Amino acid sequence: MISNQAEERSGGDAVLTSLLRGSGGVSLLLREVALLPVLVLLIIVGAVVSPAFLTVSNFAGIGQQSSALGVVVVGESLILLIGGMDLSLESTYGLAPMVAAWLIVPVTAFGSGTDLSPYLGILVLIAVGAAIGLINGLLIVKGRLNGFIVTLGMTIVLAGLQNGIVKAQTLFNLPGPFGYLGSASVGQLPVSLIVAVVIFVMVGLFLRYHKTGRAIYAIGGNPAAARAAGIKVERVKIGVYVAGSILAAIGGLMEAGRVSAVTGQQGYQEGIIFNVFAAAVIGGVSLKGGRGNMIGAASGVILLGIVQDILDLANVSNYWIEAIDGAVILFALFLARIVGGESTAED
Amino acid sequence: MTSSAPVLVEMTGVEKRFGTTRALRGVDLSLSAGQCLGLVGRNGAGKSTIVSVLSGLLDPDAGQVRLGGAPAPRAGDIARWREWIATVFQHSMIAPDLTVAENVFLGNTAAIVSWRDLRARTRDIMRDWGFDIPADALCRDLPVEQLQIVEIARALARGARCVLLDEPTAALERDAVRRLFERVRQLTEGGVAVLYISHHLEEVFEICQQVVVLRDGERVLGAATSELSRDDLIAAMVGGAPTATPGTRRSSSSASSGAGTPVLTVTGLTSQSPAGRLRGVSLDVKAGEVVGITGLLSAGVATLGRVVAGAEPRAGGEVRLHGRTFPSGRTVPSGRRAAAQRLGIGYIPEDRRAEGFVAHLGVAENATMTITGRLADRLGFLTPASRAAAAAPLSTRLSLVSSGPAQPAGELSGGNQQKVTVARTLAHDPALIVAITPTRGVDVASKALLLDSLADVARAGGTGQDAAGVLLCSDELSDLVICDRVIVLVRGEIFAEFTDPPFDRDELIIATEGLSSTADGQEAAE
Repeated sequence: MISNQAEERSGGDAVLTSLLRGSGGVSLLLREVALLPVLVLLIIVGAVVSPAFLTVSNFAGIGQQSSALGVVVVGESLILLIGGMDLSLESTYGLAPMVAAWLIVPVTAFGSGTDLSPYLGILVLIAVGAAIGLINGLLIVKGRLNGFIVTLGMTIVLAGLQNGIVKAQTLFNLPGPFGYLGSASVGQLPVSLIVAVVIFVMVGLFLRYHKTGRAIYAIGGNPAAARAAGIKVERVKIGVYVAGSILAAIGGLMEAGRVSAVTGQQGYQEGIIFNVFAAAVIGGVSLKGGRGNMIGAASGVILLGIVQDILDLANVSNYWIEAIDGAVILFALFLARIVGGESTAED
Repeated sequence: MTSSAPVLVEMTGVEKRFGTTRALRGVDLSLSAGQCLGLVGRNGAGKSTIVSVLSGLLDPDAGQVRLGGAPAPRAGDIARWREWIATVFQHSMIAPDLTVAENVFLGNTAAIVSWRDLRARTRDIMRDWGFDIPADALCRDLPVEQLQIVEIARALARGARCVLLDEPTAALERDAVRRLFERVRQLTEGGVAVLYISHHLEEVFEICQQVVVLRDGERVLGAATSELSRDDLIAAMVGGAPTATPGTRRSSSSASSGAGTPVLTVTGLTSQSPAGRLRGVSLDVKAGEVVGITGLLSAGVATLGRVVAGAEPRAGGEVRLHGRTFPSGRTVPSGRRAAAQRLGIGYIPEDRRAEGFVAHLGVAENATMTITGRLADRLGFLTPASRAAAAAPLSTRLSLVSSGPAQPAGELSGGNQQKVTVARTLAHDPALIVAITPTRGVDVASKALLLDSLADVARAGGTGQDAAGVLLCSDELSDLVICDRVIVLVRGEIFAEFTDPPFDRDELIIATEGLSSTADGQEAAE
């Protein structure tokens, strides 16, 4: 029944799209919100499952839980757009806040003893992200190594460092400024959500209207043609790996603030990279590069957030929640493929 | 045509639409055993659509296709189509890491493969049809024209007695073309029907008994080649009086070449490129001059262009560009395309699909890809409207046909895609344009237009500014008519230079083969 509705919707969209083909802007917008019917469907399902679903506090909760993931998805989407892939974002998401917190908290709380100011700690976090991205970028672009295997290796190295520097301890007692981004709220609105939305909008505008943003699409679509047109392909690619890792580090900072701690599990052992890829791909970002945008990526993140929330509200047994979670994501991928039409197909 | 030979393939009243475009409007076509039928037409005339229909990839909207007298299977039922017709596409369908025998029987073996049997059957096919390709050679090691023979052998192995050759000579040298034609003659003598699709009209006259001309999806002419002249064919393709062959007026302007200052000086250029080495090439190009570089496929013609444009590193030597603000010249860094472009070198690459455009980005975005920096504001932002405005005059100038600036370049016909690539190059007002085989796979009328636009740039500059130089690297002799000078490369070295247009076609051919000519127009270089 669910898939029938989606198919009807997709037929309608196709007709609308062809009707509006002449006016590029409108058809473009229509393609970008291809996931809207699925989101509407999920909201209906959520409302049926639990009366607590359609409340401001629940949506604020979804927003806060999804922002950290969302920021990482922005980073991964940028890397996917240039035709790359980065599995190590999940480890950067854990290691960068770990290094920063380790330098900040006192020795008694398993810190390094430097007692760094939390503001400097945030700079360190960004520097760690940038350094990881630079190493990945240099190895992949200059060293011409396969991105999949480089970042897979990097994932494990970084996750090992994350546990190694604190001997698998969890760092609590994060100072206020360090945790602010992930924990504070303006009224009902979580600061992390506001920041995530700002990042989505800014990166979205950058991709659409900035010459480097356009170069990213050109490189992902056809790197040889981009190079022949005088685009500095290598420089842009390395820059994108750096930007992606910085965004992953910021996502990690949000998560650390939200749970008021940096655990050894954060990132790699939580396996967030599957959700990162799933959100991007559900949102229509192609794994082959050159296709996708921030509206799609954002709808992918929102979709995953709502699914998680519905599973929580439905009191699904803890033993089964992962299996159901994975199955729902696969199903969402399938729906997104139907609704999004050929533009989301991978062949 | 005599009615004695059985008709193998017959299309009657075939119609095909794509959106609002009528790609085929009631086309009739029939192909008999032992016949070689030429199919010609400009880009977008419907040739590719016919190939798709006859390859079983597309169903016609109306009309009928009959194979051996019975209605054809539905599109997509590839196995049944292959029993009748096989297509050798422009892009090779050979698995390079398999042997000839495996490729001949690809997808056509029993569940358990008997290698000995496969090789024996391949040898039989090769012997029966007079081909001489060893069954256990690795396809990666074979030249392009032998791979085409392997594809033809694959078709014959399935019992197909009709072969579609789609631009088979596009990637072939002259000798290879001759060898391919011998094979095609052997096929037709053995009763195979061949549909031969080509932009090269001489080839059609040489090998086809009959020719069909398409224009805007309609069959406008079908006749025996012996009853037609080249001009008749062009007239049918273009739909009016034959266009003047491009560049015939070029010789009059050659006076300007002596006066111009050099824009490019190349000294002692060497390269180890596997596509063709360079061994100490020195030359210069003056402002307002079109210099042609030609030679055999492996002579280094394309390599020279790529190295000068910075698309490929050089092993040694120097490339200097002289610009308005740096008359004494600046060294172009090796293998750095972006730097070369900033200095003022425009680049029209050899393979437009691979390097010429980004398929799913719009026409305007592709055409302005070289000038995003100029179109952007101080922070680097630019709008689709500014791109469309910048692309519009270029589109007009090149008669680029598209449904609008946002249409993905990948949807255009081959000729229009090439115009996008040329527009992208003209956009940044280069002091020097390096064009490598700019008219390959382009129809006759677009060819003239593209060559004229390059000649115009040499005379008047990109957008009416100073005259630019053009380095035209091409193994298609018909491109060279716009040149003021032609330099012939043999095995990576300058072998001869022709300075007096119009150039004699035969002399050029003799020179590319590395043979000395007794003609006066030639002088040994250095």
